[in-house]
Amino acid sequence: MADVLERVTKIIVDRLGVEESQVTLEASFKDDLGADSLDVVELVMELEDEFDMEISDEEAEKIVTVGDAVNYIKSRM
Amino acid sequence: MLQGKVALVTGASRGIGRAIALELARQGAKVAVNYAGSEAKAKEVVEAIEQMGGEAFAIQADVSNAEAVDRMVKEVMERFERVDILVNNAGVTRDNLLMRMKEEEWDEVINTNLKGVFHCTKAVTRPMMKQRYGRIVNIASVVGVMGNPGQANYVAAKAGVIGLTKTAAKELASRGITVNAVAPGFITTDMTDRLAEDIRTEMLKQIPLARFGEPEDIAKVVAFLVSDAAGYITGQTIHVDGGMVM
Repeated sequence: MADVLERVTKIIVDRLGVEESQVTLEASFKDDLGADSLDVVELVMELEDEFDMEISDEEAEKIVTVGDAVNYIKSRM
Repeated sequence: MLQGKVALVTGASRGIGRAIALELARQGAKVAVNYAGSEAKAKEVVEAIEQMGGEAFAIQADVSNAEAVDRMVKEVMERFERVDILVNNAGVTRDNLLMRMKEEEWDEVINTNLKGVFHCTKAVTRPMMKQRYGRIVNIASVVGVMGNPGQANYVAAKAGVIGLTKTAAKELASRGITVNAVAPGFITTDMTDRLAEDIRTEMLKQIPLARFGEPEDIAKVVAFLVSDAAGYITGQTIHVDGGMVM
């Protein structure tokens, strides 16, 4: 399951153009990784595709940090 | 000019929507012909497109119903694998003076003409964002800018559509999606044929070009707005009304 973080990190690096080292579990998409609201929506869309799951709007709104995304995905696998 | 593009046109079985579906097909787009109730009319549009060598299919969905809209967009994606163009055209009228207007009349028009645009726009945004390309055109109305006695519900919905157009344009611009509105004036269709004679006479007096428009007048402008030639236009409301609003 460690590779969930790896896969999530790759998507974030590709999408937001940040360094891999910046993508920590505590990093906030908006505050630390320079994402705007629409970037977060798109990231969630890509995570849905990558992990073949549907993330509801309500759940998506709770995803603020990289850790939130990883934990949510793990809880659904 | 629209070769390889996929278009979804709501309310495309009759009137302006029909003319738009036919024009987009003529320019090479594959067209999903949405209808709410007029299945036979929608199939006629599909046949007309096929006769000119185009590709189309009819799809039922009440745009005021979010689930129905999601199903529709899913089916378009399954059939044509992408959706490049959305034309929010579906609309109804339930005219009445403000003082006599029933809540049901208000709701019905707002739900189809305004909420329907929200549902359809939301549903296509996902595939369009992934494509990094999209063209959305909302059919508003000249009355949404001018006001019109007896159409408080319709006018409120159409004015709402113009605001929604501007907001969607701002939200989606960075993803290569343009959103514009076309505001038809008095166009000869089933919907306007139902208007009272005195309203029609009164409207004609307000048209500098002194005639009613045809559905094709709207379709040509929509076809331009969804083309690559219009790539630098977004958030605009283009009036096609013989000069009623200047």
